[in-house]
Amino acid sequence: MFVRLGAAIAAITLVSGAALAEGKLTDPQIAHIAYTAGSIDIAAAKQAQTKATNKDVKAFADDMVRDHEAVNKQALDLVKKLNVTPEDNDTSKALSKAAADKLAELSKLSGAAYDKAYVANEVAYHKTVNGALETQLIPSASNAELKSLLQTGLKIFQGHEQHAEHVAAELK
Amino acid sequence: MQPGRLRLMIAALAFGAIAVPAQAATVRIVMENLVISPAEASAKVGDTIELVNKDVLTHTATARNGDFDVMMPPKKTATYVLEKPGSVDYYCRFHPNMKATLKIEP
Ligand SMILES: [Cu+2]
Repeated sequence: MFVRLGAAIAAITLVSGAALAEGKLTDPQIAHIAYTAGSIDIAAAKQAQTKATNKDVKAFADDMVRDHEAVNKQALDLVKKLNVTPEDNDTSKALSKAAADKLAELSKLSGAAYDKAYVANEVAYHKTVNGALETQLIPSASNAELKSLLQTGLKIFQGHEQHAEHVAAELK
Repeated sequence: MQPGRLRLMIAALAFGAIAVPAQAATVRIVMENLVISPAEASAKVGDTIELVNKDVLTHTATARNGDFDVMMPPKKTATYVLEKPGSVDYYCRFHPNMKATLKIEP
């Protein structure tokens, strides 16, 4: 528990720290962060599709792949339409680094221990991303369509957070 | 007009009247931004439910009592003819926060 909480706090600190250091984020950076955040959850879910044993956890992973791929496709369509090139940045890098570490950590677990750790991380991860969306990405977005896509994303991810919390409670 | 053909037409009309009761209606339910509206709809057995998915996500309309489970791909509309009466709570299997009730009269 201590390790998990520590990782979650570290991720949150990284996200807000990196973003704050940069000042106001630009739309190309925001698009990159949002897309990266989605890709991270897809990677985690794909790992879960092969490793999870509990049927609710498997179904949750399927939901994550389906939804995040749909939202990321929408994001790609939008940046193409707006002629914006997503721009890598410190927040995206911090997110990717934390995610890669987490994926490696989870890969060492199996069975019920894996299921629990994956779902707990999904709760923490969606909390982090939703916090970043609410306090930084949405307020910083200049383009109205990008802002609206982020708002839809927030709504979807809040649902995921609650769904993950529900699955986590069932696993106890 | 040939008598045979007239009989056929009458038969077709009669059959039509039985298959599609005059009061059969289409009830439209919209899923947008992960919300089902209206949250409570009323319909009758034989009515068609038109499920409009305005989101980029796949949704389902899944009855808690197992009566129906309809899947709607992104930006697509699905239809379903109500077969059984009752007050049915349904939700989306992929987004369990999406919940609504359908009151189906006999
Ligand atoms: Cu849904």
